[in-house]
Amino acid sequence: MMGYLRSDGRKGIRNVIAVAYLVECAHHVAREIVAPHRDAAHLIGFPGCFPNVYAQQMMERLCTHPNVGGVLLVSLGCESFDRNALAEVIRATGRPVETLVIQREGGTKATIDAGRAAVARIADRIADTPQVEMALSELVVGTVCGGSDGTSGITGNPAVGRCFDRLVEAGAACIFEETGEMIGCEGIMADRAATPELARELRASVDKAAAYYATLGFGSFAAGNAEGGLTTIEEKSLGAYAKSGQSQIAGLIKPGDIPPRGGLYLMDVVPDGEVRFGFPNISDNAEIVEMMASGAHMTLFVTGRGSVVGSALAPVIKIAANPQMYARLRDDMDINAGRILDEGASVDEVGGEILDLVAQVAAGERTKSEELGHTEFILTYKSFEPIGPSCLPV
Amino acid sequence: MTDPRLLLLSPDDNVFVLRGAIAAGETVTLETGEATLPDRLGMGHKIARRAIAAGETIVKYGAPIGTATAHIEPGAHVHVHNVKSNHTPTYVLTETSQEVSR
Repeated sequence: MMGYLRSDGRKGIRNVIAVAYLVECAHHVAREIVAPHRDAAHLIGFPGCFPNVYAQQMMERLCTHPNVGGVLLVSLGCESFDRNALAEVIRATGRPVETLVIQREGGTKATIDAGRAAVARIADRIADTPQVEMALSELVVGTVCGGSDGTSGITGNPAVGRCFDRLVEAGAACIFEETGEMIGCEGIMADRAATPELARELRASVDKAAAYYATLGFGSFAAGNAEGGLTTIEEKSLGAYAKSGQSQIAGLIKPGDIPPRGGLYLMDVVPDGEVRFGFPNISDNAEIVEMMASGAHMTLFVTGRGSVVGSALAPVIKIAANPQMYARLRDDMDINAGRILDEGASVDEVGGEILDLVAQVAAGERTKSEELGHTEFILTYKSFEPIGPSCLPV
Repeated sequence: MTDPRLLLLSPDDNVFVLRGAIAAGETVTLETGEATLPDRLGMGHKIARRAIAAGETIVKYGAPIGTATAHIEPGAHVHVHNVKSNHTPTYVLTETSQEVSR
């Protein structure tokens, strides 16, 4: 496969223009700019008007994601987001970047017209981005699950785990998360850590999640889980955790940290400090956005009940865990892991099928959600402390 | 050759997961012989792959999911009535009352 070479040495599997609004007040204008360029330009943005270090860093990471070739920033003008600092970070990578300030341009219509022209200019400039040979080992792949049901933990999640095992073996970086759903299996996870120091960090991340969710009043094991055949909290947790496969855990990262080399990484998405901004991730796309900020070229999304989402910037491969749901929503699903249940397929076989599709999508094949025009994106307030020295592989 | 209705998630597991519901009175084929299910079991439920002694760890996904509280025969239902969490008790609703399995 071929990748788009970026100045930091990373390679992209897509070459899209990010059109980024820097406050909700600029969202409509940015959306209208993107409308006639739907395939070439993707809409991202941050809705808040108050400054936030995390949001600034996330936007920097996303605007310099390897799948992004150029950027148009859309500012209202009076928001507190530091648009100049963001533009400078993007410019330093050699990417074309333009900024439009609605209050300066002369309002909605003038900015939309100027923005569409800017997107066309940027598209011309990135059309000849060099494409170079790219290996599987250069991929960063994330995984999430959403709209889970009783099938997720026995079909889609273990199948993604097998795919992750093989990607890690090939030298790729794989990221899993959802520490809030790992309560009861922190010991099992810690046993897989590359070092005792990392093991302590992994345990601490689950403890933090447990405390955070307890403050928010979140339950863990519901009566319905037992009806579905789940016996203990650790069994339920293992169902989500199965996405991580069996590889050694190389490191623990937080959103925006780029894995320094291949291997399996846990992403700690639960904010540090007291509970401040509500739920850590308010919906599945918030998790996908954080994976992208850490450089994920694509995300493997396991769903039992049937989520239809995709993502801006990085393709989403949707893996149906439930065979009945697959039959109903097959136009939205890339992989039918439900056939482990009704056709007797093995977990390994489906894991191999996912791996093949990862390679094809990296080589340019479009996923179902890309074909259908899904470019969901959501970014909200958070705050993190930097990761400790024992979190990354040496 | 194991029963195609049963899913082994990891070679280390001592439980099978049901790929779909199996009716009461049906016989399943295990590696060690046959077993008849006294009750209907739904998709996702677990049965013992072999005899499991009281106090033995229940292994699914190749990982411990709890401890057997009683001897479990091959093919028997493995659930809240004969397994306790090694982490926190499981709360289950029954038809008559809310019970805690310890």
